[in-house]
Amino acid sequence: MESWEILLQQVINGVSLGAMYALLALGFTMVYGIIELINFAHFNIFMVGSFIAMWVMQLMGFTGQSHVLYGLPLTAMLVFVLCVTMVATGVLGALIERFGLRALRGVSGTAPMITTIGLSYILFNVILLGAGADTKNYSNPMPNIRWEFGDAVLHLRELILWGVSLVLMLALHYFVRRTKMGKAMQATAQDQEAARMVGVDVDRVVIITFFIGSALAGAAGVIFGLYYNYTNFGIGYTAGLRAFTAAVLGGIGNIPGAMLGGVLIGLIESLGGQYLAVRWTDVIIFSILVLVLVFRPTGLLGRASPTKS
Amino acid sequence: MPISDAPQTQSQRRPPLLEFNDVNTYYGELHVLKGVNYRVGDGEIVCLLGGNASGKSTTMKTILGIVRPKSGVVTYAGKPIDRLPTAERVRRGIAPVPEARRLFPRMTVLENLEMGAFTRTDTDEIEADKERVFGLFPRVKERLTQLAGTLSGGEQQMVAMGRALMARPKLLCMDEPSMGLSPAFVEQVFDIIQAINKQGTSIFMVEQNANMALSIADYGYVLQTGEVVLQGSAQSLRDNEMVQQAYLGEMKAQ
Repeated sequence: MESWEILLQQVINGVSLGAMYALLALGFTMVYGIIELINFAHFNIFMVGSFIAMWVMQLMGFTGQSHVLYGLPLTAMLVFVLCVTMVATGVLGALIERFGLRALRGVSGTAPMITTIGLSYILFNVILLGAGADTKNYSNPMPNIRWEFGDAVLHLRELILWGVSLVLMLALHYFVRRTKMGKAMQATAQDQEAARMVGVDVDRVVIITFFIGSALAGAAGVIFGLYYNYTNFGIGYTAGLRAFTAAVLGGIGNIPGAMLGGVLIGLIESLGGQYLAVRWTDVIIFSILVLVLVFRPTGLLGRASPTKS
Repeated sequence: MPISDAPQTQSQRRPPLLEFNDVNTYYGELHVLKGVNYRVGDGEIVCLLGGNASGKSTTMKTILGIVRPKSGVVTYAGKPIDRLPTAERVRRGIAPVPEARRLFPRMTVLENLEMGAFTRTDTDEIEADKERVFGLFPRVKERLTQLAGTLSGGEQQMVAMGRALMARPKLLCMDEPSMGLSPAFVEQVFDIIQAINKQGTSIFMVEQNANMALSIADYGYVLQTGEVVLQGSAQSLRDNEMVQQAYLGEMKAQ
């Protein structure tokens, strides 16, 4: 492989990872933006999402790599699996907020955050005990269509995953910028008490934020399974921490920042793995986390404009 | 000497829109409002005077349901509202202009105004109210696309009042509308408050600038460490020796 081919291949890989991290980072950033809480349960909502999608596909009769779909059936199936998974993880996130975290809202200190860690472990162990510790082979109905650029390869599945991620992010952007509930979210993030005073039902905004963030984590779980062709109960930890780093890198609380941070972390992972060494990937990524926290705690994009007057 | 409400002044007042009946509010152990009674007549401007930590802001928060009274009843438009969440109170026509404005800093002026109409769905009427706000505050119209956090204090006050009006309130609750504004601006703000009142909105106003507040109010209350120590028509309060010394004199001395 020529050096440019290696670079191109790693950029393709990095963008794929980045698309997934970005979806996952959005959930962290949205929840933090609204109630200044780092939701560590988010890691394992992502993991649960990858299992739900796997089970849905199994129920539909897809096992292993043997069933390949094309065109409309493929589209319909992916949309269906995504929708079911996203609704399921969204409801899971909403339940966690309602019954796990709402009572702790307004409690100062670390109690709510520690609770999210506990909830994360519950999800982790439920899947471990219910589905077993072995790595599951993921059914994958995507055809092996590929384009070659020299020795660099772009698979159809990568294009599809980029597309899914892009559509979801655009939909989120539209929702937050243009809809009434989106405006209520922005208002709540900027000044919760003022939002209440103009008649925003803050409890509703918070639970919907958890729903959306968790639904996006579910989508990221589907992407993980379809990209790597496997899942297991432990995938939430590594991907979750990287996505969290992406959210901090982009500026925690900042939605475009999470998208940018996600893609950057994906690229850093793939390029760092190529040009330094795979075993240094985590060192690089978490060094970035530390450096950002020390030198630019507001992240790359930070707050878009002046803070509270 | 506290002067009690003379019967003839009370009967001359309009029917009540908002009433506090023996309201006690606590922050934890701290007894902030101690059995207070207020009454805002329909169409009136009522001002609440008092120094720091007298319970003025807590009164506002009690009206809006941000804090709940431990005992006593808050009645609005003939119905007790103590159990209602803030959003429902806004829907029923209570709109706040909070202390320090509390605009959404990273939203544009236009978006801030639109947030004021959050509980409404009557699109045409909302547009009409926007025009009404632009009529009252021409400056706001010039700044529509600017982020609210970048406005001057006076401009922010105008946007905050405009935002509150977008809810088409029956009762406007203003917390320190003159705070941090230049004297010229203060006068302008009070003129506009009067104009808003003439368009049919009742106003309950907490204010340190007693001189200005009493010049436009119909009725006033003086609050001291959580208790109403004095009440009466704005004229009677201006003539009252204690008010002159504690509030008006202070203004003159500045």
